[in-house]
Amino acid sequence: MNALTGMGVSPGVGFGPAYVFSRDIPVPDPDARHDGDAAAERARATRALEQVAADLEERGARAGGQAQEILKAQALMARDPGLAVGVAGLVDAGVTAARAVYEGFGKYREIIVGAGGYLGERAADLDDVRDRVVAVLEGLPAPGLPARAAQPYVLVARDLAPADTAALSRDVVAAFVTEHGGPTSHTAILARAMGVPAVVACGGAASIAAGTPVLVDGFSGLVRLAPSDDEVVTATKASAARQSVLAAVTGPGATSDGHAVPLLANIGGPRDVDGALRYGAEGIGLYRTEFLFLDRASAPAEEEQTAAYLEVLNAFPGGRVTVRTLDAGADKPLAFLPPWGREPNPALGQRGLRLYEKHPEIMNAQLRALARASLQSTAKLQVMAPMVATQEEAARYVAACRDAGLPSAGVMIEIPSAALRASDLAAEVDFISIGTNDLAQYTFAADREVGTLTALHDPWQPALLDLVLMAVSGALEQGKPCGVCGEAAGDPVLACVLVGIGVTSLSMAPPALPAVRAALSLHSREQCLLAAQAALATTTPQEARGAARAHLPGLAGLAL
Amino acid sequence: MPERKVTVESEVGLHARPAATFVQTAAKAALGVTVAKGNGEPVNAKSILAVLSLDVRQGDTVVIKAEGEGADELLDELALIASAP
Repeated sequence: MNALTGMGVSPGVGFGPAYVFSRDIPVPDPDARHDGDAAAERARATRALEQVAADLEERGARAGGQAQEILKAQALMARDPGLAVGVAGLVDAGVTAARAVYEGFGKYREIIVGAGGYLGERAADLDDVRDRVVAVLEGLPAPGLPARAAQPYVLVARDLAPADTAALSRDVVAAFVTEHGGPTSHTAILARAMGVPAVVACGGAASIAAGTPVLVDGFSGLVRLAPSDDEVVTATKASAARQSVLAAVTGPGATSDGHAVPLLANIGGPRDVDGALRYGAEGIGLYRTEFLFLDRASAPAEEEQTAAYLEVLNAFPGGRVTVRTLDAGADKPLAFLPPWGREPNPALGQRGLRLYEKHPEIMNAQLRALARASLQSTAKLQVMAPMVATQEEAARYVAACRDAGLPSAGVMIEIPSAALRASDLAAEVDFISIGTNDLAQYTFAADREVGTLTALHDPWQPALLDLVLMAVSGALEQGKPCGVCGEAAGDPVLACVLVGIGVTSLSMAPPALPAVRAALSLHSREQCLLAAQAALATTTPQEARGAARAHLPGLAGLAL
Repeated sequence: MPERKVTVESEVGLHARPAATFVQTAAKAALGVTVAKGNGEPVNAKSILAVLSLDVRQGDTVVIKAEGEGADELLDELALIASAP
């Protein structure tokens, strides 16, 4: 085996030794005995348990959201008084601290696994705590990721959780390869935001041996193991050549015949503004505001919010900045925005705009803070609501924005009902923006985080393209602009198709901007239209890609 | 000994967030607190592993007991957490 194939979800070529992230810690020897000083051995166990508890809490605080809930509960397990008694008893009988911890957890593990169902799934959380404590006691590296490295490594894992990746940067990670995940999984979004190549849904990735030199092509999805020097040089050169061609195309987004398509950036907070400017974003098409709200007991004060909005607005004097108001619920629950009751399926529950019906004060405070920021800046502020399903919801949101004194209010099209009735919604608002990630999730009834459903999240799915066409047509009927801010906008080929369909602006992770800008600059609006018609006439994503490419000859020159 | 008998209303039972909140609240008190499922064996309410091991599900009844100064206030608080939907 010297090559694996997966799905390239973040472009570029990365090379480095494999860092295999796994939670496999060897079982401590059942016959091992400590040296006789039981008090000292008990103290070692206590220190290790506390060290792990504190570490889990700290990682939780960094990660926020649902990850924090899980990590907090895990910290409680490490500090469990019943466990401590059991461990002390075993150590007094001569068992080593590591084995005592292993057995101490084992007693509870049996009961929990035996219960099955929801409780059974928590066994993995318990195992993670146990392995971390054992690792500390055995002097093994904890199942965590090094935040520093002499040479950037290729991070190889079954899958990565937000908590695993909290401290990573492109100085230490040359590329990501995961066995699970899809184009909209956490790993993919993180990699694109970092500008690091990534391949997901890569079968066999978890069997790559630690330290193996790995060459990752985040465009084609090819992962080569122990490549020759020639292969590394060739791939790196090709990638660099592509980068230099891309870098040569600058300025505002437009087709070869001068049809302007503003190219905007998706950001998660003020810290992403530098990246957006570096890649030439003309403005912000999606400013996710959750970062302000996650991981706190109460909503941030209006003044604090205003400052965070102003920081982004001031980076784009005269440009446009589109802020999505708080999209909580589902995978981003907030302590101060509880849903009505327990939700067996939170992705279909009280999330996004729906939460505001119960907590209007949170939305109104955010809108006031935005209005205040807008008054202090020359940027053109637009605000939009997440998870809008009906015209009535759109109308209520716009009314709230007008009351707050905001000049431009729109809605996101993420739910099929909103795409089907886009004309009705567009009549109420100043603009619409299509979020293709959630639109795919709800159209295909396929959870974004489930790796085995990746094929249904292919943004080239003809049914998804149909809904985009419907949404754009609805907006144009009402004379309103319609952008796309999902990951689909960052695919240079699909970007041409979207422009052909009639999309008026494209917003994406900043590193995707140069390739999209170059692809548009090489094709006329007519070519984009023909590519769109050809793609819409097909029945599978593969056919749609091929049919569109046949009308976009300039892509070959970009090595895309 | 003061006690409270409550029905668990949360859909996830006394697991996940409700369990963590319950244990954290019990652990803050200086007195001993136990919890039992129905007429079962009481376990230390300050131990998340013991509380999880009870496998209390929605609709189950739990008996919470504590003795000492402030026991009633603590039991009221724990009963509220355990019975929250």
